[in-house]
Amino acid sequence: MKAKIYVTLKRGVLDPQGKAIRTSLSHLGIDGVDDVRVGKFMEVTLKEIGVEEARRRLDEACRRLLANTVIEEYRIEIG
Amino acid sequence: MKTAVLVFPGSNCDHDAYHALKHVVGVDAEFVWHKSSSLGGFDAVVIPGGFTYGDYLRSGAMAKLSPVMGAVRRFAEGGGPVIGICNGFQILLEAGLLPGAMIVNDSLRFVCDYVHLRAGTDRTPFTRGIPVGTVLKIPVAHYQGNYYADEGTLSSLEERGQVVFRYCDSAGNVTRESNPNGSARNIAGICNEGGNVLGMMPHPERCSEIALGSGDGRRLFDAMIAWLAARTA
Repeated sequence: MKAKIYVTLKRGVLDPQGKAIRTSLSHLGIDGVDDVRVGKFMEVTLKEIGVEEARRRLDEACRRLLANTVIEEYRIEIG
Repeated sequence: MKTAVLVFPGSNCDHDAYHALKHVVGVDAEFVWHKSSSLGGFDAVVIPGGFTYGDYLRSGAMAKLSPVMGAVRRFAEGGGPVIGICNGFQILLEAGLLPGAMIVNDSLRFVCDYVHLRAGTDRTPFTRGIPVGTVLKIPVAHYQGNYYADEGTLSSLEERGQVVFRYCDSAGNVTRESNPNGSARNIAGICNEGGNVLGMMPHPERCSEIALGSGDGRRLFDAMIAWLAARTA
């Protein structure tokens, strides 16, 4: 089974890369972009352990390693 | 008196730290590979700078899981002096031995320069005898040194005297211009509540001899030796 994990900086934590990208987009003439937030995307392949168990394990993985919850938040999508 | 210099895959300031300890201040030093799970026989621990595990995921995120970090945690809980420099500071943050986190410099540039630091407390083994307000000239070299913590944590750090160094100008004024990376409240170094664990982005081991541009870094190692000597006396 597969899972997708999105890790992004919390609202309120400065994202200098996102800011620079937003500026670059406007230099390209791509207007109307209010804000860009840069994050990480991870694709995880798991054994068939069931959605609930997979979610439990990935949540622990995010809390203990994949995200730093001081500055980041995460979202897990399974299936 | 013996100091441990930890070595992880990707550490690159380990020899500088070893040199400063062994050949400049003259204290016994030994490299300790990250797979070691014991720090028995050591009186102080240095976690040097570098790019452990290529900064994969986040700076220090992989290194915090190395076996030696369990030993560092026990050593710190026992009151032993621990200093994490640059990537070593990032590892201490990731390991939860110090509060907060590092984000990318607000300039989005790798900053490599001499900066000035204002000493904020003499309660750590590494700043003992360095009066509050003393200005030290020490270099930084990092891309992710922008210290972040929520407002509550920042206030608590200040109230409990855990802000050890702030970026300042040469006269000791803590200003926006003297902040090289955007760190919250100009924070360059903090300690734990007990005061025995210090994390700092600037590199004292790189400026422990006048020939290298500044001898100020040596003061931290001299302070550590004096602190250890007083403890065993």
